Amino acid sequence: MVGLENWQIATPEMILAAGAMVLLMIGAFRGEKSVDLVAWLSVAVLIGAAVAVIFGTTGTAFAGLFLNTPFTMAMKVLSLLGSALAILMSASFMRREGAWRFEYPVIIVLATLGMMIMLSSADLMTLYVGLEMQSLALYVVAAFQRDNARSTEAGVKYFVLGAVASCMMLYGSSLVYGFAGTTNFAAIAKVFAAGAPPLGAVIGLVFILAGLVFKVSAVPFHMWTPDVYEGAPTPVTALFSVAPKIAALGLLVAIVMGPFRPLMAQSQQILIMVSVASMAWGAFAAIRQENIKRLMAYSSIGNMGYALLGLAAGTEEGIRAVVIYMIIYLAMSVGTFACILSMRRGGVSVERIADLAGLWRNHPRMALALLFFMFSMAGIPPLAGFFGKLNVFLAAINAGLFWASALGVAASVVAAYYYLRIIKVMFLDDPAAPFDAVEAPMGAVMAVMAVFVFPVFLVFQSPFLASAQAAAHAFFVR
Amino acid sequence: MQIGLEHYLAVAAVLFTLGIFGIFLNRKNVIVILMSVELMLLAVNINLVAFSTHLGDMTGQVFAMLVLTVAAAEAAIGLAILVVYFRNRGTIAVEDINLMKG
Repeated sequence: MVGLENWQIATPEMILAAGAMVLLMIGAFRGEKSVDLVAWLSVAVLIGAAVAVIFGTTGTAFAGLFLNTPFTMAMKVLSLLGSALAILMSASFMRREGAWRFEYPVIIVLATLGMMIMLSSADLMTLYVGLEMQSLALYVVAAFQRDNARSTEAGVKYFVLGAVASCMMLYGSSLVYGFAGTTNFAAIAKVFAAGAPPLGAVIGLVFILAGLVFKVSAVPFHMWTPDVYEGAPTPVTALFSVAPKIAALGLLVAIVMGPFRPLMAQSQQILIMVSVASMAWGAFAAIRQENIKRLMAYSSIGNMGYALLGLAAGTEEGIRAVVIYMIIYLAMSVGTFACILSMRRGGVSVERIADLAGLWRNHPRMALALLFFMFSMAGIPPLAGFFGKLNVFLAAINAGLFWASALGVAASVVAAYYYLRIIKVMFLDDPAAPFDAVEAPMGAVMAVMAVFVFPVFLVFQSPFLASAQAAAHAFFVR
Repeated sequence: MQIGLEHYLAVAAVLFTLGIFGIFLNRKNVIVILMSVELMLLAVNINLVAFSTHLGDMTGQVFAMLVLTVAAAEAAIGLAILVVYFRNRGTIAVEDINLMKG
């Protein structure tokens, strides 16, 4: 049939789609008691899809609607890993809160499917459908603790602001379609490269960038992040901080470096502004936070600013830095959230920074892991986070973005203050009442991520650097 | 007067702006926000269909059908979240959505 050639490159997406349907059926027929089974199977489906991505091939399919490059494959693997880890970390928290229902893992699998589709989009329509599939599923998980006022409020806020962002992106898409005469990415790039871009298309680009910047929660479209992070159930916050962020950032890179490459001069200005504003706001606004989930929201705003600086460089080196940054960000975030999820007293979750006081005396291993994550986020050598920032700043300086890099370094010094404050509270303050014993899965996640942050990444950098290089190179093959 | 592409684009732009204002100036009710979102999506649809006829290209109309479908799903999910929220708080006034601030 016409248009169905080369369908094999969408195998991971098909695994996820079919897997989600099967899991939904298992849940529907076996009822609530099947929730553990469904959760484990959904992790298996996500890992299976990740394996399928790794062994997949590049190319386009479905009449130019779907595109696989080494870059999309790298981002897909990271998103899949983020989702799988989030499901693994959800069980005990959600069970305690009475929200451990079989729909939860299935919705996360569907959200991940949306992320994969939007990462692979080669057409404005695929992009929109993928983005909405991801967003609609995530609105639901934000409000998943349906008898909790904060969780549902997070859902309402996320939904309203997310819908506005989708509309802005869509309005931009319609303008680009009108002025370029096509929705296909390759054709759009050809039209824009042919001559001076029409004003309407540039306005369209700005609208699309605004919508995507919202999804990566960079300033000035960050206002939903702290509220949603604080209100949503903690495992959902862990999910929000990794998988959708990585996918949306990958999409932003693919859009800026793909169809809108000829407009790089225009998008670069926007990206530099957004990046500097995010780095600064992520650093300064976090200082007065007392809630650790809110603090992580500002931290992720700042981290997205650093990643966007790599994209603003617009060079192969810059994109490589973005991919490396995302690998490290995934490890740091998941590890930190494993620690936050272990902050329980008498079976009740606590989330103030003051609750961490004297953690070193009561739970030395957890304190040590959190120490690694905080040092790494602050960008202190020789932890992995340092290399993430180093690569980004090197790329930005080589691309001539001196002011932006200088401001970024200054912002990272300010940000170091609140990361170090957490360490000070853990190690120097008088001990508060000890937490409940760390659960085995959380302990395992913490240990693995801490060992990755230091010393695994330091010693075994080359496979990560090589795959990031291959991913970045995808945009520079001519 | 001949009605051309620019007229359709102007109507769409006005509708889109009204939608944005409806969301950010509205202090009463979350349902109004849902209506404003619908308004913005329909503005996009007018754009797409106008461009489609102007260019003599069917893609825009296909895109508009996709937008309609997704808009229906979005409204359903929005209302569902709103119902859960109402059960918890007993209100859907915009100014009461303030448990978290910062």
